[in-house]
Amino acid sequence: MSDDLRDLYQEVILDHGRHPRNRRMIEDANHHARGENPLCGDKLIVFLKINADGVIEDVSFEGQGCAISTASASLMTEVIVGKSEKQAEELFASFHALATGGEVESSEELEDEMDRLHVLAGVRDYPVRVKCATLAWHTLVAALKDEQKVTTE
Amino acid sequence: MIIAKAEARGAYDVERIRADFPILGRPVRGRPLIYLDSTASAQKPQSVIDAESEIYATEYANIHRGLYYLSERATERYEASRRTVQRFLNARHAHEVIFTRNTTESINLVAATYGRRFLQPGDEIVITGLEHHSNIVPWQLLREERGIVIKVAPVADDGDVPLEAITGLLTPRTKLVSVAHISNVLGTILPVAEIIRAAHAAGAKVLIDGAQAVMHLPVDVQALDADFYAFSAHKLYGPTGVGVLYGKEDLLNAMPPYQGGGDMIRTVTFEKSTWAPLPQKFEAGTPAIAQVPALAAAIDYVTALGLDRIASHENNLLAYASERLAAVPGLRIIGTTPHKAAVISFALDCAHPHDIAQVLDNAGVAVRAGHHCAQPLMERFGVPATARASFGLYNNRADVDALVAAVTKVQELFGQ
Repeated sequence: MSDDLRDLYQEVILDHGRHPRNRRMIEDANHHARGENPLCGDKLIVFLKINADGVIEDVSFEGQGCAISTASASLMTEVIVGKSEKQAEELFASFHALATGGEVESSEELEDEMDRLHVLAGVRDYPVRVKCATLAWHTLVAALKDEQKVTTE
Repeated sequence: MIIAKAEARGAYDVERIRADFPILGRPVRGRPLIYLDSTASAQKPQSVIDAESEIYATEYANIHRGLYYLSERATERYEASRRTVQRFLNARHAHEVIFTRNTTESINLVAATYGRRFLQPGDEIVITGLEHHSNIVPWQLLREERGIVIKVAPVADDGDVPLEAITGLLTPRTKLVSVAHISNVLGTILPVAEIIRAAHAAGAKVLIDGAQAVMHLPVDVQALDADFYAFSAHKLYGPTGVGVLYGKEDLLNAMPPYQGGGDMIRTVTFEKSTWAPLPQKFEAGTPAIAQVPALAAAIDYVTALGLDRIASHENNLLAYASERLAAVPGLRIIGTTPHKAAVISFALDCAHPHDIAQVLDNAGVAVRAGHHCAQPLMERFGVPATARASFGLYNNRADVDALVAAVTKVQELFGQ
């Protein structure tokens, strides 16, 4: 297999694609949103449980998608849990820049999280796949804002 | 004509034929191109490319109005192309051939003119569960405006739409049956001759969406007794930007114009305008002057090769590809009816269609992944999307081997 394909499908992505973390429903979620990419038929729901201090206590997703979108959703749940809403939004902005080839600016306190998300940077060379990687994140932001539905096209 | 007739009637030499298609000689991502997406759009032989550029280089002017040499020549080329399409479909009259932008516009034309003029609230249109969005949405738009009823004939597990599925929906209120000749997703060939006979017996008109059919099998609109037949040039190895709507003369005459503008009028005053006769009535504005002759060149190309021989070549490839793909563990072919053209939709247990297409692309293999503009059909088979390999007159067994090898790579990468 060629190296550029390996850049896109890194081991971590393949692992999270096969064995997604936190793919489940949160019964007492207080925020959720549906995300849809009509182009490829991917659909997912992001569930959030945010406490009174604005900290994300639990986060999960449900749905089926390609390896990139599933791995991205899985990794997202792992880096988002325990963060404040503000930090989650900052991570979204940084991740979006990472995936689209923009300038990634993130604060020092979120450096470790951004390092973990870096495995998805390969999508920037595949414009069609950027939407796969960002679907879960757009849905997360929609859930934070209590928008019921978001689509990436 | 690149292929001499005598030679064309000899053995089907796919390697010679491939040499007619310059794009097949270019590498993609450092590998030879394996083009398996002709169902979305077919590649063009040099004769088609030359026909279009020749018009611009030697005979280009606007048509139907210039009183000078170039305009007369361009008009003659354009109208001669209409006669080529007439012969290709075996239409009774050349003026029953209307040039549009594509199949989508051809269907929309019928919905907007025949549909608006002749369909009343409660009238029924029958389509099938395997239609492309372009044979669903125009009728939904008409439903919003006219209150018509759309009935959908179900698709069987093997991808077939049996005749009874359609005849069972016919009622005295059925005004139109609008069905694909061949499914763009499953390759299913519908029994259109029988459908047309049954629909006519019930008093309904029939539109056949031939976008996926004209390159795979000979079509005779008179023998079929089709009321309308639509197709696109670009899937027939011809140029983009040109489609065809065949319609029976009496129907086209009874229908109001589609768009208003130049070329489609006889007289215009601010009080009232009168329409030009067929076919100009439906061809408002400057058409695809350079592309229409290129469509004629594409028709000449496939006709010289022989649609029967093309079909036989493609059917051999379909059998070979189906057998090799079916042997891949965890691979499911969607659409297994024996009545099918060279289109294979498939899903893999271990990988999403987009991941399949990505890995295939890396190996130089171009397939389509997605819902193929047929979301209801995806739902019918319980998949969000499929990967689709489709074969044209220039594909060979090496293309199939490359496809299977690349699918094996997908499994290596994504298998547990």
